[in-house]
Amino acid sequence: MAHAATDNSRYFVPQPSPWPFILTAGLVAIIYGVAGYLENKHWGPVPIYAGAAIAIYIVFRWLRGVALESEGGAYNAQVDRTYRWGMAWFIFSEVMFFGAFFGALFYARQLSVPWLSGEGAELSTNQLLWPGFEKDWPTNGPGAMGGSFETIPAWGVPFINTVILLTSGVTITMAHHALKAAERLKCILWMFATVALGVCFLYLQASEYIEAYQHLNLKLSSGIYGSTFFMLTGFHGMHVTLGTIMLAVITARLMVGHFKPESHFGFEGVAWYWHFVDVVWVGLFVFVYIL
Amino acid sequence: MAHHDTHAHHDDHAHGEHHDHGHGPEKGIMRWIKTTNHKDLGTLYLFLSFTMFMIGGLMSLVIRAELWMPGLQFVDPEFFNQMTTLHALVMIFGGLMPAFVGLANWMIPMMVGCSDLALPRVNNWGFWILPFAFTLLLGTLFMPGGGPAGGWTMYPPLVLQTGNAFPFLIFAVHLMGISSITGAINVAVTILNMRAPGMSLLKMPLFAWTWLITAYLLIATMPVLAGAVTMLLTDKYFGTAFFTAAGGGDPVMFQHIFWFFGHPEVYILILPAFGVVSTIIPTFARKSLFGYDSMVYATASIAFLSFIVWAHHMFTVGMPLAGELFFMFATMLIAVPTGVKVFNWVATMWKGSMTFETPMLFALAFVFLFTIGGFSGLMLAIAPVDFQYHDTYFVVAHFHYVIVPGAVFAVIAGVYYWLPKWTGVMYNETLGRIHFWLSAIFINLTFFPQHFAGLAGMQRRVPDYAVQFTDFNVQSSIGAFGFFVSQFVMIYNFARCIWFREGMEKAPARVWEGAHGLEWTVPSPAPYHTFEEPPRLLPEGEITAAHDAYDALDRHKINP
Repeated sequence: MAHAATDNSRYFVPQPSPWPFILTAGLVAIIYGVAGYLENKHWGPVPIYAGAAIAIYIVFRWLRGVALESEGGAYNAQVDRTYRWGMAWFIFSEVMFFGAFFGALFYARQLSVPWLSGEGAELSTNQLLWPGFEKDWPTNGPGAMGGSFETIPAWGVPFINTVILLTSGVTITMAHHALKAAERLKCILWMFATVALGVCFLYLQASEYIEAYQHLNLKLSSGIYGSTFFMLTGFHGMHVTLGTIMLAVITARLMVGHFKPESHFGFEGVAWYWHFVDVVWVGLFVFVYIL
Repeated sequence: MAHHDTHAHHDDHAHGEHHDHGHGPEKGIMRWIKTTNHKDLGTLYLFLSFTMFMIGGLMSLVIRAELWMPGLQFVDPEFFNQMTTLHALVMIFGGLMPAFVGLANWMIPMMVGCSDLALPRVNNWGFWILPFAFTLLLGTLFMPGGGPAGGWTMYPPLVLQTGNAFPFLIFAVHLMGISSITGAINVAVTILNMRAPGMSLLKMPLFAWTWLITAYLLIATMPVLAGAVTMLLTDKYFGTAFFTAAGGGDPVMFQHIFWFFGHPEVYILILPAFGVVSTIIPTFARKSLFGYDSMVYATASIAFLSFIVWAHHMFTVGMPLAGELFFMFATMLIAVPTGVKVFNWVATMWKGSMTFETPMLFALAFVFLFTIGGFSGLMLAIAPVDFQYHDTYFVVAHFHYVIVPGAVFAVIAGVYYWLPKWTGVMYNETLGRIHFWLSAIFINLTFFPQHFAGLAGMQRRVPDYAVQFTDFNVQSSIGAFGFFVSQFVMIYNFARCIWFREGMEKAPARVWEGAHGLEWTVPSPAPYHTFEEPPRLLPEGEITAAHDAYDALDRHKINP
C-alpha cells in the first residue's frame, strides 16, 4: 500500500507493480488470436478469450487499486491535478482518433467522390475508368460495392438517440451537483438515470444496425458510405459501451460510499469522458446522418 | 555556488531519513518488470532503443551490402524490400522514439525537480508494450511470406498484398501508438504539474520545453496513425472501401491521413534533439543560451507548421495546383523558425569560452550536419523540382542527414553528457573523441554521395541500379559499415561506465563546470528517487533551474 500523504510536502510515489506487464501480455494474446483468425490460421479462440480475461481482470485490479489508494487518502492535491491533466490529454488523443475517421468522411465527400465523377482536373479519370459515374451522397462508389442500399433516416432513431445522449449529459451534471451538495441518494438516482439512458442508446443503436443489415442492405462493405458510417458510429458505440460501464462502476462506488463532496475526480473524469462521447455523437448526427 | 550545494545536502538528508518507505530497487528480473521508477524505466528505454538501433543497423547493412554493386548479389528483391521497410519502422519507433522517451524519463523529473514522472505505473506500461510490439513486428520475418515489404509508409493498395505478416504489422503499430501516447501524456503532465515551486514555464530547461511540445505532437498524431492503419485492416479483412476507388474511396486518401501523422512525426524525432543540443551548447560555451524565449516560440511555431505541410510528401501524386502551392510555401516557412534556432545556437557560442568535450563535439556536428539536411529539405520543398527528386536517393540522403547526424547524434551527445550523472563515473574522453571523429567521417561518407546519386536519378527502394551509380554506392556502403563498426568504441566506453566501474574517475555532482539546472545539484549517481520532497528554491537557488543563469536575477525576480 502506498504511503499516505495528504499535504503537498511529499510526492506520491506508487510501489512497483506487476499489473502493466501482465496487461500487456493479455493484450498481446488477444492480438495473436485475432491475427490468426484474420489470416485463417485456426489457432482457435483460446488466446483471445484468455487474453481478454487477463486484460479485463488487470484493468479491474489496477483501477480498484487506484480507487483504494484514493479512498485511503494517499493522494494530495497534486495527484488530483495529475489525473485531471492526464484525463484531459487522453480525451484529446481520442478526439484525434475520431478526427482521422471524420477526415476520411470529409475527404470522400468533398474530394474523392467528386473526382471520380470527373470534377476538377479529373475528367479523364471519369471518362476512361468510370464513365457515367455521377457524384452523389450517399454512394457506394462507381463500382457499386455491396449493391444498392438505403440509409437510416436522421429524424427517426438517430434523432431519438441524440435526445437520449444530450439528456444523459444533463442527468450526469445533476448527479454532479448533487454530489457536491452532499446529497448522495439524489446523486445515485441521477446516476441510475444516466446509466439507463446509456443503455437505451446502445439498445437503439444495436437495433438500428440490425435494421441496416437485414432490411436496408447497408453494410460495412457498402462502399465508402458503409465504411464511414459503420466505422464512425461503431467506434462511437464502443466508446458509449465503455462509458456506460464506467458510469455503472462510478454508481456502484457511490453506493458503497466512495467520493467526497469536495474530492471526486474519479466521478468527474468519467463525466468528462461521457461529455466527450456526447459531443462526438452530435458531430456524427450532423455530418453522418443529417448532411 | 555555495547555495547549490546546500540544496544537494538538503536532499541527501531527505533520503537518509526516509528509507523506511522501501523505495529502493528490488533484486533480479522482477525489479525491471515491476518497476515504476523513472530512472529504471529510462534505463530500460535506452537499452531497448540501443538494441533496436543495432537490429535496424544490421538491416541497413544488408541493404548496403546488396547495393555494394549493381545487379543482385546477396538477397532477393522481396527480402530487400522487407529490410527497407523494417529498417525504417525499427529505427523510428524502436530506436529514436524510445531513446528520447528514455532521456525524458531520466532527466525531466530531475530537471523540473520532482520525485518521478506523474504516472509511474502508466510509465511502466508504456515501456513494456514496446518489447512485445517489436517481437510481433520482427517475428513476421520468420512467417511464411516474410515480413512487411511495402515500405514503412504502408501505402495501399501495395501494403494490402502483405501476407500473414499484415495483421501483426497493423497491431504492432497500434501497440507502438499506445506506448507513445501513454509516454507523451506522462511527460506532458509531469512538466505541467510537477515543476518545483517557483519554476514557471518560461524558466524551465529547454529540454523540458521541447519535450512538452513533442508530447503534444505525439498525442495529436499517434491516434491519427492508429485510425489510418485501422482503415487498412478493415479494407483488407472486412470489405470497407476507404482506399478503394470502386467504392468511392481513394488510395491517395491514405497518404493524406498517414502524412498528417507522418510529418509531425518528423518533428517528434527532432524537437527533443533540439532540446538536448540547446542544453549542451551553453554548457560548453559557458554562456547562457542565446534567445531562450525565441527558442520556445520557434519550437512552438515548428510544431504548429508541422500540421499544415504534410502533402509535401506527395507532390507527385496528382494534387490540385492550389494544393501544391499551399504545401510548398507552408513548408518553406518552416525554415524561418528553424533558422532562428540555428542562429541562436551559433550566437550562444559567439565569444563563448569553448571547450570541446565529446558531448559538445556531437552537438556541434548536429548543428552543422542537421543544417545540411535542412537545406536539402528546402530544395525538396520546391514542388516543381521535387517532381525530379521524388523517391530518389536525394530524399534518402536528406532525411538521413536530419535523422542520423541530426537526431541520433543528439541522442549520443545526450548520453555522453548525462552518463556521468547516471553512473557516477566519467567515461573515457579520448575514446569518446575517437568515437566522434569516426562517426562523423563515416556518416558523411555514407550519406553525402547519396545526394549525387539521387540527383542523377537513382531510385530508392530498388535493390539494383544502373552501373554509373556504382562509385557513389561503394562509398556509401564503406561509410555504412565503418559507421556501424565505429559504434563499438562507444559500446566499450559506455559498458565500462555501466558495468565495470572499478578504478574509474568518480563524477562530481556538477559534472560539467558550465552546466546549470537542478539535475546538477544532486549527487552522481543520482539517488533512486531524486526529490522526494519538492526542492525549496530560494530566488538565488532558483537560478540553477532557470534557463538563464546570468540575467535571471534581473529578469525573473520572484518574491521570496
